[in-house]
Amino acid sequence: MIYKISIERRKNRDEKPYVETYEYEARTDADTVVSALSAINEGLEDKIAWDCSCLQKKCGACAMIINGKPGLACDAKLAKVGGKTGTISLCPLRKFPLVKDLLVDRSILFNNLLTIRNWAEEEAFASEKKNDVLYEASRCLQCGCCLEVCPNFYAGGTFFGMASAVPVSRLLEELPKDEQKRLRLDYSKHFYNGCGKSLACRDICPAQIDIEKLLVNSNAITLWKHLFKK
Amino acid sequence: MADLEKFNRKVNIIGAGLAGLSAAIHLAKEGVASRLISLQPSERAQSVMAEGGINAAIDTMGEDDNVENHYKDTIKGGVYLANKEAVRGLAEGAPSIVRWLQSLGAPFNMQKGEIILRNFGGQAKKRTAYAKSSTGKILMSTLIDEARKYEAEGLIKRYPHHDFTSLIIENEKCLGVEIRDLYTGNKGKLYGAVILCTGAMNSLFPGLTTGTTVNTGDVTATAFRQGVKIANPEFIQYHPTTVPITGKRMLISEAARGEGGRLFVFEADCEKAECDKKTELKKKDEESRYYFMEDLFPEFGNLMPRDVVSRQMAGIGKPVYLDMTGIGKDIWEDRLSDLREECIRLLGKDPKKDYIEVSPGIHYFMGGIYVDKSHKSSMEGLFAAGECACQYHGANRLGGNSMLGAIYGGKVAAESAARFAAGLSHKKSEWVEVNKEEPLYDYGISKEAATVLRQALGIFRDEAGLKGALEKIDLMEKNEKDEREKSRLVLAKAMLMAALERKESRGAHTRVDYPKASDEYLKTSVLKYENGEIKHSLEDID
Repeated sequence: MIYKISIERRKNRDEKPYVETYEYEARTDADTVVSALSAINEGLEDKIAWDCSCLQKKCGACAMIINGKPGLACDAKLAKVGGKTGTISLCPLRKFPLVKDLLVDRSILFNNLLTIRNWAEEEAFASEKKNDVLYEASRCLQCGCCLEVCPNFYAGGTFFGMASAVPVSRLLEELPKDEQKRLRLDYSKHFYNGCGKSLACRDICPAQIDIEKLLVNSNAITLWKHLFKK
Repeated sequence: MADLEKFNRKVNIIGAGLAGLSAAIHLAKEGVASRLISLQPSERAQSVMAEGGINAAIDTMGEDDNVENHYKDTIKGGVYLANKEAVRGLAEGAPSIVRWLQSLGAPFNMQKGEIILRNFGGQAKKRTAYAKSSTGKILMSTLIDEARKYEAEGLIKRYPHHDFTSLIIENEKCLGVEIRDLYTGNKGKLYGAVILCTGAMNSLFPGLTTGTTVNTGDVTATAFRQGVKIANPEFIQYHPTTVPITGKRMLISEAARGEGGRLFVFEADCEKAECDKKTELKKKDEESRYYFMEDLFPEFGNLMPRDVVSRQMAGIGKPVYLDMTGIGKDIWEDRLSDLREECIRLLGKDPKKDYIEVSPGIHYFMGGIYVDKSHKSSMEGLFAAGECACQYHGANRLGGNSMLGAIYGGKVAAESAARFAAGLSHKKSEWVEVNKEEPLYDYGISKEAATVLRQALGIFRDEAGLKGALEKIDLMEKNEKDEREKSRLVLAKAMLMAALERKESRGAHTRVDYPKASDEYLKTSVLKYENGEIKHSLEDID
């Protein structure tokens, strides 16, 4: 099948965007947006800028908006996203500063985790009983798809969204009590107080992280256990 | 807080995966500041793809395992080509590395308060600690959190989206690196000791490797062309159980065989086209299956070292299948959940119910930048660790030793670089703003060169194939104008030359014209680029 792929292109954030449409003939049913972008770029002098790395949904690099929804290009099979018409639109993620074409600067993801002080000063203790939570919390790809659909997140705001809350949920569980207090305060300030519980993040997460489980656990550690104690 | 002197003598680490993070953290622990420079942030490094686990003789399974066993298995698995002293250090250091990761909160699979170990290829004892089938991702998340602590102190500065362009060399000494910001085009000269942690040389074999597109090998190629020695580049590990997918190969972790997966062929004398028909396969099922690894190698069976399994598969001349249907429900849920999800999503097959056709694909480069046991390269001021360095694995790497080699090697390289940096005086970095637009990054070697390399450096090699390939690549290199592509072609020539000169079969290097291992070649292949020529020599290992 031949797919018509419309790509929003832009030389840099100061220039106006424009749309270019390319044709791509799929070689197999397994072809993805990555297959199309790689093939289109082979024939282009002015190559389309986009991020990619593992091509296997393990690194989160190739996040973009595919037919209006954020997702990973390596996980978007053309047969599925192209539907019967075979038309597909690709745009850069909107909540991050644009670099070029489909490439955005997601530094804010990492800066927010720095602000929230997501680390252990001394030691952290993985509990066997909570292993599922810890494992799940370590799986976040930092792709940014959850922030893209979050009604409460904007870059530069005090609410950091699920991309911070997921990694934080590991250390919240593992830190010794004294240090946990510091992270609890940061979690409340930068996540709990701003989350409207739309859970749009749960449905869009490419890694299908069990976000509800992590939220329940982190909220209990941060708030409920202490309120009940009082 | 570190003293100002140490802040001023920053170490430049190129590559932000497990080796780079380990180096940065261990430098920071000593109060030495570093710059962590990479094309992509750590979160997108190839290390996040590692699945199976990390080896350490912590003997939590009551099998009387010890450091000596780990050492011997690694030396034997590498077919006696690894540096013995370095491997001893690796095996001895492994338990403390795993315990350190545990102390940082890495959620290894555990039972009764202890880390569970699993079986991996070429090892008689259970020695591989793991976190389900995403160990690399879980360890990376742990180390990224640890590095962030030092980032806040100013001891680590991350430079993601930065491309290494060259080493700064004066009088055959490495003084620093030149880099380019891929977002702005700005170019920087950063002075200080350099540790290369840039991983595999995937770009020479597009579509054939299990790793990322970002681990190109371009840094190794550039450094080699600048006069840095490389070693053993002919040893390329073909992992037995991979499946082609879009743009690359998907790995089915050795853990699948460690947990009971079995390789087989259908004995029925059928043509491949016929075998591909599912109906035909069903007819021929159980009674005609031949579990060749179990028959040929009763002791280790499906868990022979990777070079042995891949060679058997390539030589058998029939489609090979991996049957994971015998693996229990609990194991799928507790230990291999991600692998199952990946098989269903990418291959359309549920490994709990159906066997999967597999074939060998490039998974690891045992060779790379020549380093001694303290991870010093052949050039003063330059160090290397992780997959880009030639250390620990000899002619064939054992599963579970890769992440260990990266983390332990990063630590050793950091210690050496810190000692070296202590004798340096500080020189301020220089940045140049570039207004003209430049291409962001070109990831791969030309298709023509890739085809030549693919044919010549497969599992089975011979003199005619290698000589022919060398002539073709040499011609391409002479006509090439682009400097980066030229470096890739020079590196490719070095690989071919080393494969041609090693007239024996050992580990991952199989010469059909020299089918046996020879003591004459119990040496390290060392290559150096000088005055436009590649010089090859065989040097003592230790």
